[in-house]
Amino acid sequence: MTELEYWMQQIAQGRIGRRDFMGRAAALGVGTALASTLLAQAGKADEPQKGGTLKLGIAGGSTTDTMDPTTWTDSVTLVCGFTCMNGLIENGPDNKPVAELAESWEAKPGAAEWVFKLRKGVQFHNGKEFDADDAIYSLNLHRGETKSGAAGPMKAITDIKKLDANQIQITLASGDADLPYVLSDYHLLMVPKDFKDWAKPVGTGAYTLDAFDPGVRAAFKRNANYWKQGRGHVDAVEITVINDTNARMNALVTGQVDVIHRVDPKTIALLKKAPNLEVVRAPGGWHCILPMFTDTAPYSNPDIRLALKHAIDREKVLQVLFSGYGTVGNDNPIPRGDPYFNSELPQTHYDADKAKFYFDKAGMSDARIVLSASDAAFGGAVDMATLYQATAAKAGINIIVKREPADGFWDNVWLKAPFITSYWGGRPAATQMLGVAYKSDAPWNDTHWKQEGFDKLLADARAELDEGKRKGYIWEMQKQLHENGGALIPAFRDWLDAHSNKVGGHTPHNGFDLDNGRIAEKAWLKA
Amino acid sequence: MLRLIVQRLSLGLLTLLAASVLIFAGTEVLPGDLASAILTNSATPENLAAMRKELGLERPAAQRYVEWLGGVVRGDFGHSLTNKRDVIEELAPRLKNTFFLAIYAALIAVPLAVLLGLLAAIWQGGVYDRSINVFTLMTISVPEYFLGYLLIKYVAVELGWFPSLANVSPETPLGDRIFLTFLPMLNLVLVVVAHMMRLTRASVLAIMASPYIEMAILKGLPKWRIVVQHAFPNALAPVINVIALNLAYLIVGVVIVENVFTYPGLGTLMVDRVSKHDVPMVQACGLIFAGTFILLNIIADVGAIMSNPRLRHPR
Repeated sequence: MTELEYWMQQIAQGRIGRRDFMGRAAALGVGTALASTLLAQAGKADEPQKGGTLKLGIAGGSTTDTMDPTTWTDSVTLVCGFTCMNGLIENGPDNKPVAELAESWEAKPGAAEWVFKLRKGVQFHNGKEFDADDAIYSLNLHRGETKSGAAGPMKAITDIKKLDANQIQITLASGDADLPYVLSDYHLLMVPKDFKDWAKPVGTGAYTLDAFDPGVRAAFKRNANYWKQGRGHVDAVEITVINDTNARMNALVTGQVDVIHRVDPKTIALLKKAPNLEVVRAPGGWHCILPMFTDTAPYSNPDIRLALKHAIDREKVLQVLFSGYGTVGNDNPIPRGDPYFNSELPQTHYDADKAKFYFDKAGMSDARIVLSASDAAFGGAVDMATLYQATAAKAGINIIVKREPADGFWDNVWLKAPFITSYWGGRPAATQMLGVAYKSDAPWNDTHWKQEGFDKLLADARAELDEGKRKGYIWEMQKQLHENGGALIPAFRDWLDAHSNKVGGHTPHNGFDLDNGRIAEKAWLKA
Repeated sequence: MLRLIVQRLSLGLLTLLAASVLIFAGTEVLPGDLASAILTNSATPENLAAMRKELGLERPAAQRYVEWLGGVVRGDFGHSLTNKRDVIEELAPRLKNTFFLAIYAALIAVPLAVLLGLLAAIWQGGVYDRSINVFTLMTISVPEYFLGYLLIKYVAVELGWFPSLANVSPETPLGDRIFLTFLPMLNLVLVVVAHMMRLTRASVLAIMASPYIEMAILKGLPKWRIVVQHAFPNALAPVINVIALNLAYLIVGVVIVENVFTYPGLGTLMVDRVSKHDVPMVQACGLIFAGTFILLNIIADVGAIMSNPRLRHPR
């Protein structure tokens, strides 16, 4: 993509204004007349068009997939869900909650009691009208004794009550101003009350399921009766499960699919050379992490933690792992794109002298530092560990890299060994990320970070509806983790999708790839 | 003759029985209890016990084996543990795909390999013989996925003749199916041709050193007639055996090719289920693969015997 094309894409996606575009074009030596024509073209491309079959090549499918939302864990079922169903709340384009089947909502002070007003006149694919009973049933699928991936965050809900046919009240054990983010989770999609026939799922979505062959393909047809304005443009959606990275890329290059995701950063330069293909890149919350148990020697010593944080070359890790398609981490689990990202923390860089200084200060020259690494954590984890070993050695810190078998890594190593390679997928809201991994009693607290002050800040931030005060709390938590926490976070990864240039409306989203999974209802095919 | 076939078949059944014991024992010693594999991190002692009871895991392994075997004999392979669907129902379309690709590849590879092998024997030591030897050695030496990627790069991406994605579905008509699976078929053909072709050539040439061939040469017969009429029928036995081995490979060994071309065959299904500890499915796949191997070997044995008059009419 040339720079001019880039700006055309930006204006087409509404990321820059008309005036900005003219300015950029002029800076690139394009005359005003030509720029105006280009602008019109970009505008034209922006106009959604109807019809066609959108073909998606998606990884993360298995022969055991079902359309039961409580079983969903990966991309294929996630996208299938958003293609034929809606949630109460959509995580909007700028990572802000947007009304979907819930029309509006309101929190009582303290944010522990919420009232959601549901949209009227929306019909399921089977003709039934959506109401409060359906919403309560759909949410309750993920509460109590369930294997649902959303069960964790839903535990905070103590009661869901029907107020009238179109209003429900949700009560939480303690306040959480970010409840709308919780409800934007991809598991929490709406189905009719008592619905159980997951082989033929019924939702309110833009498409109806036509065929579902687990781990192979899924086909959808347009729902002519779709309630949402300006969404659901194509006639049919075809999802092909392509788990192999190269096969996915080949399918896009040969035109057998229109859109792919999880593009291998190493091959992206080649992809960019193809004139008919475009890369869609979104900064996301996915980050690799080297968690240290803050209650286990030698990592219980804060100076050891600082020494280890200064001994890693983050820029190089970003290059090696993601060919630069990401951002360097700052031992803060909140991504740059988050509205509550603490932008005033100084960036930690590789500094052998500083690392040596803190290491010596800790006075534990005989400390045995064993890093348990496995590519089960993420592709390239072992390479990263080896690289880290080399840079740390220059600071006089001897890291022993222990290669762990991929099979059983999450059962036997994660949360068990004191210093490992791991990752976090990111969460839509900052308080969710901080809660799931850094709260004292969180089951997945992989740094054993147990600080009363931190827990109190988190509870306060959740219960606080005042933006300014919340920001203060959340910034302080990030500061504590950055300065003292056990999480060494070298890099954040970008979401990398690619599509053929006949696809429009496929925009980057911070939440997840494929437009946060909603690509089928947002994208269209240019005639 | 009939007695021989019956005898071979019953031996085959015995082998299959032995294989079924191995398969059952193999899934039994897999690390991690089945119940805990299903419940993963939501396992509590109570629901673990309940799950074990539901699966019947508390009973002795021998008893469960007999029950499982009884079901298999009646054609009931049980239900998948992951999605509760009937194993046979779920296997059937995959099995069909696997057999389709195997037959497609075999129909082309076997005649081609025999022809190339005979030609190499006729023109032994010539330019053709040497180049076909080098070429087939190359295709057999590189890993099959690498061949697959080469085919995709040149045939699918650069030339655009055939698709790189063999995404067939049960509704795909035969014509489209043949087109969609062309590259995986070619990939498999390239892998198996070398073995069969080289063996054909070697066995024919071994026969060519016999006195009766010398006689034929002295009679002044043309070389191609000597090879096709006199040498090849006597070289059939080893050729049939190597063909059977390769056919078995086409059915049980193609998981990598399936993956490269995203072809929904039995191999990917089995790998998927092994990682999810779906024991009934893995056992069914294992048994089908074992059965295929045994059956093809019986056919090869019988074929080899039939091609040899001395074995056909034992004294």
